[in-house]
Amino acid sequence: MHKFYTVLVFVFMCSASWSQQHNHDHSDHKGHSHGQQVKTKTTHDHSSHDGHDHSGHKHDGHDHSGHDHKHDSHGHDDHSGHDHHVNNFTTDCGSPAQAVHHHGYDPTGTAIHHISDANVYTIMDKIRIPLPMIIYNKARGMEFFSSGKFHAGHHDDGHSGYKDYVLYQGNIHRITCPGFESRDAFIVQGFDKVELKSAEGKDIEKRYAIIDGKGYLIEQKTIWDGGMLGGGSTGFVDLSPTKNVISMILVSLLLFFLFRAAAKKYSGGPSAPSGVQSFLEPMFQFIRDDVAIPFLGDKHEKFLPLLMTIFFFILGLNLWGQVPFLGSVNVTGSLTVTAVMAIIVFIITNIKGNGDYWKHILWPPDTPLFVKIILIPVEIMGLFIKPLTLMLRLAGNISAGHIAILSFVGLIFIFGKAGESLGGSLTGTAIAIPLTLFMMAIELIVAFVQAFVFTILTASYLGAATEEHHHDGHH
Amino acid sequence: MIFLAGFAPFQPTPGLALWSLIIFLLFWMLMSKYAFKPMMEGLKKRETDISDALAEAEKAREEMANLKAENEQILAEAREERALMLKEAKETKANIIAEAKEKAKEDALRITSSAKMEIENEKKAALTEVKNEVGMMATEIAEKILRKELKGQPEHESFVNTLVGEFKLN
Repeated sequence: MHKFYTVLVFVFMCSASWSQQHNHDHSDHKGHSHGQQVKTKTTHDHSSHDGHDHSGHKHDGHDHSGHDHKHDSHGHDDHSGHDHHVNNFTTDCGSPAQAVHHHGYDPTGTAIHHISDANVYTIMDKIRIPLPMIIYNKARGMEFFSSGKFHAGHHDDGHSGYKDYVLYQGNIHRITCPGFESRDAFIVQGFDKVELKSAEGKDIEKRYAIIDGKGYLIEQKTIWDGGMLGGGSTGFVDLSPTKNVISMILVSLLLFFLFRAAAKKYSGGPSAPSGVQSFLEPMFQFIRDDVAIPFLGDKHEKFLPLLMTIFFFILGLNLWGQVPFLGSVNVTGSLTVTAVMAIIVFIITNIKGNGDYWKHILWPPDTPLFVKIILIPVEIMGLFIKPLTLMLRLAGNISAGHIAILSFVGLIFIFGKAGESLGGSLTGTAIAIPLTLFMMAIELIVAFVQAFVFTILTASYLGAATEEHHHDGHH
Repeated sequence: MIFLAGFAPFQPTPGLALWSLIIFLLFWMLMSKYAFKPMMEGLKKRETDISDALAEAEKAREEMANLKAENEQILAEAREERALMLKEAKETKANIIAEAKEKAKEDALRITSSAKMEIENEKKAALTEVKNEVGMMATEIAEKILRKELKGQPEHESFVNTLVGEFKLN
């Protein structure tokens, strides 16, 4: 199973790098006179964009048909499916730019966008539920508002801005330009991005919001990756309850009420299980009898609530993410969430670790000195590798599953040349349906397996930390 | 890690971290208190109830088995006793019959012997009487004869008396 995902992720990554390669190739073709084709000056009237779907954008010439028509007339029909870098951002702030509609279907971008967290809860790209925004701005302090101010549309790009914030692909971004006048509401014509290589050879993606025909560099929220994963500390910290947070709250409440209903039935006299109790009890007993008791023995009662919490929290969120019409959230596939759980497990394990546990790590008994020299660093590394693997395994598996499903669904658009070819779309659909069905079935198993694996490993770490060693008097 | 650059789900964000920490800890606390602990205790109680009930049933079954064995023993004993009694009764009967037979035999013997004796006695008495009668008659006859013949002959008289004495000895 694991290997299968590794392969899938690998395939996905390859395709990602391939598409990036293509983007780079095309960025070289600056000679295109595309700028002329999309020149139709945008006359945004946001009051008429309430629907925020693409059909409403007829005026600005951003819809597919308009583009294709112009392409045909200029004989550039071979460029569909690639990004057209019409904008040449000579400066980060205020260089003239037009709203760009990215042609074609970008499988990588779509997949990442769909499994990423967002400041708006989007269901089926149709229903967009605004979420509260809690922003810590390093210059202005705490700010509270609603993400409804961004009027998110297709791709969860916001049509409006608030103060100096805009919504790009569902995530809040800040306009960094000092000359930009912070306003309560302004129209955002679109977004564009440029991929560059930094002096150190790192890939940099510069994102621009296009406002009043000018491009403004935007920065994303602060990411705690030390700049390693394309993030880093920026001018603001997003503390909002995002799509993932809302999903966590909903799933927690759902589980709480389900379990409450089941738990109430135990308070009376002895009775046969009934209702939701008969559904939850076997899982509860499974975790108790096959996970907690084998690893923890007599101490299992002390740790059982933690193990149950981990199992049902992960399982609930895994399953919630599987339901196609609930926003396909990817909570357990976000490293942040799994990291928090792994850190909690790490802390509990080491707090509860007894003398024997620490002795085995810091001064392994019954081993010669030269083995100790090797073993001690390994044991200390293991201390941190354990939670690291916990966090990566779960996030990787769930994200990979989501990516696989999205990739298979994406076949429809790839075969259909992003809606140009009906025959291709039908072929793509015919291929995508069985593959997606298969993936979903596998994902259903993975949802249980990964919740189980996280729990059983937690139990084993706790068991190792609290085990009483019965040695024969020596050491 | 480099190829993960820009892979948003793997970017650790402070907001999500904070929220997931709060939610997870709250979920843990509430679920432990209101769901998992009652379930744990309920299940434990049910399990002990079931094992107690099973143990009780086992005990009852054992008791039943004991009772049954006891009953059977009593029954067997009763049967044995009956057999013994029957045997005894038979023996007694046989004894009684034997005794009765013995006694009857004895009685019969006694009766016959006493009858014999009586007969003997009667016979003796009869004989004595007959002897006496015969003696009397003989004496009478002899008297008569003697009166006729032996008038005056004393030797005859003594001789007759001697004869009579000889009869008595018989």
